[in-house]
Amino acid sequence: MKVLVPVKRVIDYNVKVRVKADGSGVDLANVKMSMNPFDEIAVEEAIRLKEKGLATEVVVVSIGVKQAQETLRNALAMGADRAILIEATADVHQDIEPLAVAKLLAAVVKEEGPGLVLCGKQAIDNDLNATGQMLAALLGWAQGTFVSEVALDGDAAKVTREVDGGLQQISVKLPAVLTVDLRLNEPRYASLPNIMKAKAKPLATKTPADYGVDVSPRLTVIKTAEPAGRKAGVKVGSVDELIAKLKDEAGVI
Amino acid sequence: MDFGLTEEQTMIVETTRAFVETELYPHELAVERSGHLPLELIRELQQKAMAAGLYAANMPVEVGGAGLDTLSWLLYEKELGRANYALHWTCVARPSNILLAGNEEQRERYLMPCIRGETWDCLAMTEPGAGSDLRGMKASARPDGDDWILNGTKHFISHADLAGFAIVFVATGEEDTPRGPKKKITAFFVDKGTPGFTVRDGYRNVSHRGYTNAVLEFDECRVNKRQILGEVHKGFEVANSWLGATRLQVASTCLGRAERALGHALSYAAERRQFGQQIGKFQGISFKLADMAMELKAAELLTREAAWKYDQGTVTEADMSMAKLKATEVLAMIADEAIQIHGGMGLMDELPLERIWRDARVERIWEGTSEIQRHIISRELLRPLGA
Repeated sequence: MKVLVPVKRVIDYNVKVRVKADGSGVDLANVKMSMNPFDEIAVEEAIRLKEKGLATEVVVVSIGVKQAQETLRNALAMGADRAILIEATADVHQDIEPLAVAKLLAAVVKEEGPGLVLCGKQAIDNDLNATGQMLAALLGWAQGTFVSEVALDGDAAKVTREVDGGLQQISVKLPAVLTVDLRLNEPRYASLPNIMKAKAKPLATKTPADYGVDVSPRLTVIKTAEPAGRKAGVKVGSVDELIAKLKDEAGVI
Repeated sequence: MDFGLTEEQTMIVETTRAFVETELYPHELAVERSGHLPLELIRELQQKAMAAGLYAANMPVEVGGAGLDTLSWLLYEKELGRANYALHWTCVARPSNILLAGNEEQRERYLMPCIRGETWDCLAMTEPGAGSDLRGMKASARPDGDDWILNGTKHFISHADLAGFAIVFVATGEEDTPRGPKKKITAFFVDKGTPGFTVRDGYRNVSHRGYTNAVLEFDECRVNKRQILGEVHKGFEVANSWLGATRLQVASTCLGRAERALGHALSYAAERRQFGQQIGKFQGISFKLADMAMELKAAELLTREAAWKYDQGTVTEADMSMAKLKATEVLAMIADEAIQIHGGMGLMDELPLERIWRDARVERIWEGTSEIQRHIISRELLRPLGA
């Protein structure tokens, strides 16, 4: 079984995000970019499936600017076998919207025929949490979202989902789209020998036109603003005072 | 001229830094405070470093290394160099290149166990009476049938307590040269436990806490001629062919620590407020930061250029000495200024600055003092002029 893992190049999670002076978005000039951490977890899971002999090939795909090639190389260095880059824009500030991404991925799925798509539950830049669900809908496949455990079982996957009330276990029929959550695994380091080998692995470059998909934006960003700064707290003199404030002012106990 | 890093080099930097920050930083304070690196911790971190392909990555692919070009290797050294020395040197060991000079049997017996993390190597050259003037060494060996008998004392021998064997350089004769008599040197592998070979604890060191040094004593210590590394009387030739780039390694680890110190100085200057503004807005602080960043870049460019020339086969002794000299002196400056920017807090061991400052001191001494490096550089300038 082939596993397809879409990966997104996003602002590194360690970077202090700054809004552009004109409010049109986040400033990405000279900012460190990395693989979306949830996608890294998806890549790790796919590689583990391959190591367990449950998957035969791990194909990673990224949609965005040509620099996303670095993100794909990273996935190859972790252990993915092959990469596809769909160059959808030359502007690092243009975010390709989930529906366009899902349509492109659906086209890739038709071409590649994977038995499983593992995605990050959301990208840490726009936090939309939509692509995996849209992809499943477009394909008419089963979906499991917010996945913290995966066990393949014949033509089904038993997955544990992190839901508001706790953990939910469901069985989804394959082929399926699974969107993975933080606690699924701890991604490995791209090892030095694998980094050296990554260059030799195939990386195909495509455009949205190759798949007949229109990626022009349907949403308009009106304004981007920094979140309001937190107000300073108050110091309390005693435990009694704290309890009184929690009771009377905050009303939480 | 291309000053950029390749995709692979960028990934090597990222992977090594992630490892250093996630796996090594959390143990630094305990090692610094106790001056001790527990064996269980070494074993645990070695396993992780091996899984990440970082262990012995300086070695060629055919013996299990990563097969890096010189610049890539030095980028990896730089990231490792950010951390406490004992942690990165012991748990992410880079066996000495000189082990590659060994014959088939010696590689199997000494190099491979180091690459597999089963033991460590150590190099013994320095003596109480022979530092920069290595030819002045007194330790000697005399032939006896198929064996050689070693006598003498070595000191400042790094991590000899952990090492399973030592590569020992001793005088095996003397030759007359136009500049007077000159000692002939031979390198021997000497196993721990060989009768007549004793390893004693060395000195307490201001720099690199947890990274020990030892005194090695040889008293009628008998080793077979199969233990000779290279040829008899050719010890310096072996050292010169295989240890040339260690100056660049020292330079790189210093650059890593300097970059870490500068990072702390920058964040502090941007966050700390005094007299109603961020202290980075005061010219007294901001100009320091500008100089620190500029000097670091200059040092890094010297090292990168030397690395590039090393692979081209055009590197000179002066290139490597300049890189080592500049990087070690820049580290001292940046560590000192980073502390100045932090004020009193910079001296407390909750931050890594006080130890980076202490650790910086040895770098201008070992692997050739700053004075020796200046001598090498000026000699290369003057020799063509007959001076």
